[in-house]
Amino acid sequence: MTVTSKSKLTKGLIFSMAFGAAALSGGAMASAEEVNLYSSRQPFLMKPLLQAFTSESGIKVNMVYLKKGMLERLKSEGRNSPADLILVSDIGNLHNHDKAGLLQPVTSTGLTANIPAQYRHPAGNWFGLTVRARVIYASKERVKPGEVSSYEDLADPKMKGRVCIRSGKHVYNISLLASIIVAKGTEAATAWAKGVKANLARKPQGNDRAQVKAVFQGECDVAVGNTYYMGKMATNKKDPVQKEWAKSVNIIFPNQQGRGAHVNVSGAAVTKSAKNKANAIRLIEFLSGDAAQKIYAETNFEYPVKPGVALHPMVASWGEFKADKAYLSKIANERSTATKMVDQVAFNN
Amino acid sequence: MNAPRPRRRGGHWLDGWTVATIVIAALATVPIFAVIYLALTPSENIWPHLVSTVLSGYISTTLILMAGVGLGTLLIGVGTAWLVTMCRFPGRRLFEWGMLLPMAMPAYIIAYVYTDILEYAGPVQAALRELFGWSGKQEYWFPEIRSLGGAIAMMTLVLYPYVYLLARASFLEQSVGVFEASRSLGRGPWRSFFSVALPLARPGIVIGLSLVLMETLNDFGTVDFFAVNTFSLGIFDVWMNMNNVSGAAQLATVMLLFVAFLVFSERYARRRQRFHNTSSKFQALPGFQLVGGRGLAATIACLAPVLLGFVLPTLVLLRYAHQHFDPELSREILGHALNSVKLSVLAGTIAVLVAIIMAYSARIKGGKVLMVANRVAAMGYAVPGAVLAVGVMIVLGNLDNGIDGIARENFGFSTGLIFSGTIAAVTFGYLVRFLALSLGTVEASLGKVTPSMDGASRSLGRGAFATMQFVHLPLIKGGVLTAVMLVFVDCMKELPMTVILQPFNFQTLATFVHQYASDEQLGDAALAALSIVGVGVVPVILLSLTIAKSRPGHKGGE
Repeated sequence: MTVTSKSKLTKGLIFSMAFGAAALSGGAMASAEEVNLYSSRQPFLMKPLLQAFTSESGIKVNMVYLKKGMLERLKSEGRNSPADLILVSDIGNLHNHDKAGLLQPVTSTGLTANIPAQYRHPAGNWFGLTVRARVIYASKERVKPGEVSSYEDLADPKMKGRVCIRSGKHVYNISLLASIIVAKGTEAATAWAKGVKANLARKPQGNDRAQVKAVFQGECDVAVGNTYYMGKMATNKKDPVQKEWAKSVNIIFPNQQGRGAHVNVSGAAVTKSAKNKANAIRLIEFLSGDAAQKIYAETNFEYPVKPGVALHPMVASWGEFKADKAYLSKIANERSTATKMVDQVAFNN
Repeated sequence: MNAPRPRRRGGHWLDGWTVATIVIAALATVPIFAVIYLALTPSENIWPHLVSTVLSGYISTTLILMAGVGLGTLLIGVGTAWLVTMCRFPGRRLFEWGMLLPMAMPAYIIAYVYTDILEYAGPVQAALRELFGWSGKQEYWFPEIRSLGGAIAMMTLVLYPYVYLLARASFLEQSVGVFEASRSLGRGPWRSFFSVALPLARPGIVIGLSLVLMETLNDFGTVDFFAVNTFSLGIFDVWMNMNNVSGAAQLATVMLLFVAFLVFSERYARRRQRFHNTSSKFQALPGFQLVGGRGLAATIACLAPVLLGFVLPTLVLLRYAHQHFDPELSREILGHALNSVKLSVLAGTIAVLVAIIMAYSARIKGGKVLMVANRVAAMGYAVPGAVLAVGVMIVLGNLDNGIDGIARENFGFSTGLIFSGTIAAVTFGYLVRFLALSLGTVEASLGKVTPSMDGASRSLGRGAFATMQFVHLPLIKGGVLTAVMLVFVDCMKELPMTVILQPFNFQTLATFVHQYASDEQLGDAALAALSIVGVGVVPVILLSLTIAKSRPGHKGGE
């Protein structure tokens, strides 16, 4: 008797829990006017873009800010995952999700029209939305014009004790190293990593912004960083001292005589499990369209992927540059090798 | 009243205790086993590369970090706990609770603050250069804050309260009689401290220390920011950069075995020792008067860690928050604060209820099975939060998809995901991770109640449950409150699990801070960071006052 009443209780409990949970998560379930987004890009960055999308389309965007573990979460949620699309920075992340079979191909004339072929997956598994170049920041005072013009110069003995860079294991540096592996092979890339390591003014630390700060303070003469940090520092109203940091350096687009500067993308992809596929495509189309590309350009100082969208005046003032044309997926394939290379040359020690 | 019935009920209850404990332990352990399962299904063998390059560095760095933080927290935690509990000096009553304040400060935030102050570009070095006319880095030496030593300092400053809390609870619960006996047998205060009070407090101190060491082992934010290559940094490297989650799980499993070994050897070392209060004489504590220079030294010894671990960073954050104040952002932060509090209260309450059941059933039932169940259930604390979160996701994802599959097959409809991506998932994650905190604290308290109390109560006809309710709970009230507080504060600060498990359109204070802090924009995150500290401080103060009062015969000091 006790047994039956207990199991009834358990059944009831499971039922009510399931019901309650279903009611709770109802907000994220399939519905015509919604789309569910997993984003590793920060909410404060995405908010204006997503608001613009909602007011234009009437589609509500539900978002989870997933800096880590997005791939594992999609995997464990499987076919029932509520996520319709993902938004991540760095080609490596797009590539890993694709390799894990979590994405689905999308055909959209709008997307192929907006996004040049080199910045999207050939079958439409992912789409780049913004471009950033990994450049050299050089002290206006202490670096002579022409003294540094390529990534290779960073490994030249003349730069001994003058170079600052963030952790060699950071995703941006791994991609840069992977691009060198693609361009020049493993051996040359190892030599390059060793050379840069030997020239470091300090142990790799901080983010890209912190490297420019170090140049400003005279701790080093050149630093490696993504382009948009320059814009963020030069216009920082809340922390005006950052404007001084920005003023102390020139942007050098590396390897303009050769293969071009290493560029990377942030991008989006539709998940295999998408329940609101049409809305997800609509959101990516919106993000690659004029209005959103302009917001990306103006608020985050990134290069729009869509040709013809005006750059932020400051970004434009850095001038045109030649980008490394190596196919991004190829670079992504070398990331694991690059990571191990950083260990082998003890870059971070 | 009804003498024969409680006996039978007692028997029935005893089975209930065992079953409940084993079920809870199983639930808490499933995600850990999911991590181990992941480790056993590797995609690429990561070890040859690690062994030939960075592994030895990871290990030595981690061991030095643990040794440094362990020593630092022991010195500060036990030293100040003894001063505050047994001595009288200026400011003592403030320090009773004030010593706990740094606990509310997340280690990664204090690391950001001190880097801003102490790095080459910061105000301290700039002022020194100005003062002495140095022009560059080569002309003088200044300790590098982003270093192993810096990480040890930061973690020691915010983690010593764990040791302080448990050491103080132990000192408070010791009956004065033993100590007096030692003194009257001719031992001085120092020798009595080392030969009597300290060994008696060992179980409590060890629990505090082991919490500190596990936090240290699993820290990611601070070591990542300081570029100190520890084992946990290696786990993330393998996971994120080599895209090899099973390799990461293997490293995490090795770390888990290491912790299990530490925990086991400590228990083994004191296997024959039991520490119960033998006397019921809880008189007012002696209160050695420290006057003059010694009083001043005691005040400084207590003041320094609070100033460095709490007051100074709070002031810096206040300044940033003021500079970056934004009314719209503040309203948003309020919503996140409510989320944080809700989750932390929920997890704190459940974690402690569960801990009471587990600790009490191990006490009344005894036996190896329950002992092992309790130890295993507490292992979640030894796994890095993000890796454990993957374990939780695997378990809940399989459960959800299993239920969904059954429903689709038999009833023709989909239940979708029931637990994955809900508040329940986050709470479950917190419980798995922080059970060690509540269980350790409750066990330590319960261990000090002499079993003759149980015997007396039971022979007077009370059942096991009633004995717990009327005899044990009032005696271990301080420990229970401490446990609630520990879990609450840790949940407020928790980052990696929340980030990975959170539902749609949901943020906590910690994840909000993270989105800015990960970009080193501490200014915009300052208000939310202060809120974490502010919300965490309230229960810390309230409960530490309660704990002080909870000792029978302790009059809060005159």
